[in-house]
Amino acid sequence: MTLDVEKIRSEFPILSTEMRGQPLTYLDSGASAQKPRVVIDAMADFYSTHYANIHRGVYHLSAEATRQFEAVRGKVAAFIGAANEREIIFVRNATEAINLVARSWGEQNISEGDEIVLTQMEHHANIVPWQMLAKRCGAVIRVAEIDDDGVLDVAHLTSLLGPKTKLLAFTHVSNALGTINPVTQLVALARDRGITTLVDGAQAVPHQRVSVDEIGADFYVFSGHKVVGPSGAGVLHGRMDLLEAMPPFLGGGDMIESVSFEGTTFAPVPHKFEAGTPDIASIIGFGAAIDYLEAIGMDEIAAYEHELLVYANERLAAVPGIRIIGQAKEKAAVISFVLDDAHPHDIGTCLDGEGVAVRAGHHCAQPLMKRMGVPATARASFAFYNTREDIDRLVKALVKTADLFA
Amino acid sequence: MDDLRELYQATILGHNKKPRNFRAIEDASHEADGHNPLCGDQLTLYAKVAPDGTLEDVSFQGTGCAISKASASLMTDHVKGKTLAEVSDDFERFHDLVTSSPSEEANTDGLGKLAVFSGVREYPMRVKCATLAWHALKSALDGGQTARTE
Repeated sequence: MTLDVEKIRSEFPILSTEMRGQPLTYLDSGASAQKPRVVIDAMADFYSTHYANIHRGVYHLSAEATRQFEAVRGKVAAFIGAANEREIIFVRNATEAINLVARSWGEQNISEGDEIVLTQMEHHANIVPWQMLAKRCGAVIRVAEIDDDGVLDVAHLTSLLGPKTKLLAFTHVSNALGTINPVTQLVALARDRGITTLVDGAQAVPHQRVSVDEIGADFYVFSGHKVVGPSGAGVLHGRMDLLEAMPPFLGGGDMIESVSFEGTTFAPVPHKFEAGTPDIASIIGFGAAIDYLEAIGMDEIAAYEHELLVYANERLAAVPGIRIIGQAKEKAAVISFVLDDAHPHDIGTCLDGEGVAVRAGHHCAQPLMKRMGVPATARASFAFYNTREDIDRLVKALVKTADLFA
Repeated sequence: MDDLRELYQATILGHNKKPRNFRAIEDASHEADGHNPLCGDQLTLYAKVAPDGTLEDVSFQGTGCAISKASASLMTDHVKGKTLAEVSDDFERFHDLVTSSPSEEANTDGLGKLAVFSGVREYPMRVKCATLAWHALKSALDGGQTARTE
C-alpha cells in the first residue's frame, strides 16, 4: 500500500465522528463520497472572501470569482484527459448531464423509428431520460443483456447495433454491481457504425484514471459529489462539433451573446449550455477536490481500492448465508450482496446499529435487480479513505445480523 | 445490537419467519397491492367483508423485509372480526405509535401485540415498511388497487 490512509482519514472531518454511538464506518461512497477539509475550506473561503457572481461584474471581486470558476474547467479537463477545456460543460450532476443531451442532442437527432441501445445494468438516470425522449420522438429503446455474473454480453449488444441505431448509452462502471465495462471497445463498436455514444462515468471517475479523449465517446458524464467534491457540481464532456450543433438546453442569462425581442444569438460553447447563475461555490470546491485527488494520484487510489476489494471478498466469504451479486472479473470496489435469512433493508438497519453505513435497496437500477433475480441488495462501496478495519467491522456486523435472523 | 433487539423483537422475527395468514383468499371481496419502491417491498392484501360489515378474513402474500412482513402478519390477525370503522381507528392508532417521538412514552392502547412495533419509532426510515400492509388494507377497503409508501 502506497497510500498514507491514516493521514488521508484525518483530512476528512466526518470520518472521526460517530453514528449511533459507534465510530462511523462509511461504506456508501458509491452513493456519495465524503469531503476532505480542503474542499470544505475552499468553499468557506470563497464565500468568506472571494464571493461575487461570475461573468457579470466589471469590479475586481467578480473578475476574480470568474477567473477561479473558469480555472476549474481547465482542472476538470486535465483530470479526465480532455485536450479541449471548452468541451467541459458544468451541470449539477450526471443526471442533469444526461437529460441535457437527451433534450438538446436527442430532440434534434432522434426521430420516429430510431433506436436507442442501453444495457440491463443502467442506473435509472441512464434509462428514464431516454424513455422520455423515445416517447416524445417515437423512438424505440433496445436493451443489451448481461450474464448471471453481471457481465455485459458484448455479442448481444453488437447484434443490437443496426442501421436504425442512433445512440448507444451505457455505464462505464455499474453502480449496483461494480462491473467495469470495456468502454473503449464498446465506443469503437458504435463509432464504426456511425452511432453516437454517451458514457455514464459517475462510478468510474472516482476510482480510476479516466481519459475521455482515449475512450473517444461523444458524451461522457459524471458527478462531482462522488469524487469528494460538493453536491451541485457535475460535468458533461462532449465532442465540440456535436456541442456546437446542439441547441441550448435552458435559456436565460449567461448563455447569450445578444438578446432582442426579435431574436437571440447564443454564447459559444460551453456557456451556451450554462444558463443562469451556476453553483459557483460548488464548482470552486470541485476544483479543490480535483487538486486533492491529483496530489494522491488516481492510479494509487485505484490500486489501493482494488486491494480493499480483494480483502473484502476474502473476509465476506466467512459470513453465513451470504451471496455476492455481481461476480465480474473486472470490478470496481463495490460489493452488492444478499443474506439467506435477512432482507437487504433489515441488513441496512442492523449495520446502521453498528455504525456501518451501507446502501440497501434497488440502487436506482430496478431492471438490473429483476435481471439478477433479487428484489434488492445491500451494497458496500469503498473509497480510498476506507481501511481493512472498516471491512472487519462490516463483516462483524454482518455475522451478528445473520445470527439475529437465523 | 441492544437497540436492534428493541426493533427486532422475538415476536417480529417469529412472524417474519412464519407469517400468519400468508395466503390468497379465493373469494376475497377486496384486494389491493402495496408497494414500497424505496426497498422493493411488495405485497397483495386480500380481505373478505361479511354481510354484517365485519372483516371475516384477511390475508396477504408477497416479499419484503422483516418489518413489513411481520407487520402484515400481525395486522391480519389483529383486524379479523372487526368492523371497518374499528380497523380505521386501529390504523390511526398504529400510525401514531410508529411515528411518535421516541422521547415520549409509547401509547399502545388497543393495539395488543402490535405494540412490538414501538421500536420502529427509533428508525424513521422504517415507518414505511411497518405501515405498508395497513396502507394496502385501507386501499383495498376503499376500493383502490395499489397503495404506495414512498
